[in-house]
Amino acid sequence: MTLRDVVGPYFGTFGGRFVPESLIAALDELDAAYQAARVDPDFAAELAELHRTYTGRPSIITEAPRFAEHAGGARILLKREDLNHTGSHKINNVLGQALLAKRLGKTRLIAETGAGQHGVASATAAALFGMECVVYMGAVDTERQALNVARMKLLGAEVVAVQTGSRTLKDAINDAMRDWVANVDTTHYLLGTVAGPHPFPTMVRDFHAVIGTEAREQVRELTGRLPDAVAACVGGGSNAMGIFHAFLDDESVRLVGLEAAGDGVDTPHHAATISKGRPGVLHGARSLMLQDDDGQTMESHSISAGLDYPGVGPEHAWLADIGRAEYRGVTDAEAMSALRLLSRTEGIIPAIETAHALHGALELGKELGPEGIVLVSLSGRGDKDMETAARYFRLLDGETEDAR
Amino acid sequence: MSAVEQAIRARREAGSGALVAYLPVGFPTLDDSIAAAIALVENGVDILELGLPYSDPVMDGPAIQKATQTALQNGFRLRDGFTAVEKVRAAVDAPVLVMTYWNPVLQYGVDRFAADLASAGGAGLITPDLIPDEASDWMAASEAHDLDRVFLAAPSSSDARMRQAVGASRGFVYAVSTMGITGARSDVDAAARGVVSRLRDAGCTSTCVGLGISTADQVRDVLSYADGAIVGSRLVAALAEGGVTEAARVAADLATGTR
Repeated sequence: MTLRDVVGPYFGTFGGRFVPESLIAALDELDAAYQAARVDPDFAAELAELHRTYTGRPSIITEAPRFAEHAGGARILLKREDLNHTGSHKINNVLGQALLAKRLGKTRLIAETGAGQHGVASATAAALFGMECVVYMGAVDTERQALNVARMKLLGAEVVAVQTGSRTLKDAINDAMRDWVANVDTTHYLLGTVAGPHPFPTMVRDFHAVIGTEAREQVRELTGRLPDAVAACVGGGSNAMGIFHAFLDDESVRLVGLEAAGDGVDTPHHAATISKGRPGVLHGARSLMLQDDDGQTMESHSISAGLDYPGVGPEHAWLADIGRAEYRGVTDAEAMSALRLLSRTEGIIPAIETAHALHGALELGKELGPEGIVLVSLSGRGDKDMETAARYFRLLDGETEDAR
Repeated sequence: MSAVEQAIRARREAGSGALVAYLPVGFPTLDDSIAAAIALVENGVDILELGLPYSDPVMDGPAIQKATQTALQNGFRLRDGFTAVEKVRAAVDAPVLVMTYWNPVLQYGVDRFAADLASAGGAGLITPDLIPDEASDWMAASEAHDLDRVFLAAPSSSDARMRQAVGASRGFVYAVSTMGITGARSDVDAAARGVVSRLRDAGCTSTCVGLGISTADQVRDVLSYADGAIVGSRLVAALAEGGVTEAARVAADLATGTR
């Protein structure tokens, strides 16, 4: 069997369903509906039409020659998920799951969100399909991503600022699961990443696989061959699984996931789950996670809310385990520097999450040399991060820009 | 027959059923949680369920979340769980189950956890986020160390899953009264009767109902069709509000529902 054909519930020793019994019937129902949809040409056609007329797919690839001058001269190609409607890759999965929820007769969507991109995409789908929408967001994140909170509200969603635990993404997931247990008859939990209990990791990956499928052909058309490396940022890991999946069985292509190293992986302030985590169970799946000796989840840290998560999808844990993909840490400072570099050399302001992948691409380019081709998942645009960036670079207080 | 099954049977034969009480270890302090657990048994509780505080308790409502978060902030460690079991067992005769989310057991080592629980005098584990499908390590460890395994059955569980829960459990099957999380509710869902009756059809001889039970009347009502009634949030709230004395008073009141 090829790596691309692995569909869960287990990826090696990772994955599974570690959830309260109350949710099993809903997961079974979802799995059955998804299996049916997966082979239903009408479902595929409906989703493809939505992507064509609403998302704006296929997304283009953009070559970044001025940026690439800082990457040892290797060619750098950007897969422009930032150009999708709502500004990131998140819409790919959201439209797929919302269609599925409609098939299941659900009238209410709930979602968790970190940076707010998945929440905005979910609120958008709910508006499009005329569904009720509640988005759980850690109170820490509602503060640092206020603009996205406003977007969700404008789209008609209710945003719940989660005050429990560490008040970030992991706690938002806990509250979404509690809501789902109590309202499963009417409600679909629109999980936003390749984590959680089966079938979510497989289903979310499949809905994002369009990223890699398109990019693989686009790169071949442009360059006449496959890229040497594919780089993507990894929090829960959805955009990375989406772009990796088409390349899993292309042995010549290196797959590189860039995790948030915060202040550095050897400090207590990072979110480098694969580099520094241990196997454990969190949010319904066995995967790698940041935890203490007693198995209590540790708080993660990243300047990027979207990567600030102490777990990771089980398929990534497996790809790391079997050596098919490699995962590296990128610090806050490195990511912010790459963010500014892309803005200034190519006129593209990426999300801070995405900037981690861009730093990774700079390093990979230097390793590969001028003959190298690096494909980067440009997973989201940076508009939502302007406040953080302005503060970081001191752009608004009348001082000259910080030299860091 | 395990100590838990014996305790339930004794109450059934007396024409009633068992009162099962939940408290988290380490709330408000380790010593007070132990004192409170002992006081509950002295005031009519038949079986104790000691919860191990966990960072991501998806099955728990606000009252228990708040208490377990306090315990974690106060420095709760897993070893405190074994200490609590040991001290409670030294003071009173009621069987003590431990309720825990799965990751702490996994990190401690499933077999090592079972061994240490058994040697502390614990009766077994209630595992809210571990379904029998994923429990092969725990099945083996609980057999090896002669411990009870309490799995959950929900209103949404299929008949096949009901049979699986009955087959995999030892001690009792935890009948989830309602689709939701822990916390007091004014009426315990009619769904509870349905879950118990379907468990009976699946061959279950020992089942306790939990989630939402907070009054003596609800205990009495549940015991008219189930083998035990589990009370958690109400007791945690009492302990938070009025300390060990208040928790004991509420337990004594709840116990009138067993008579």
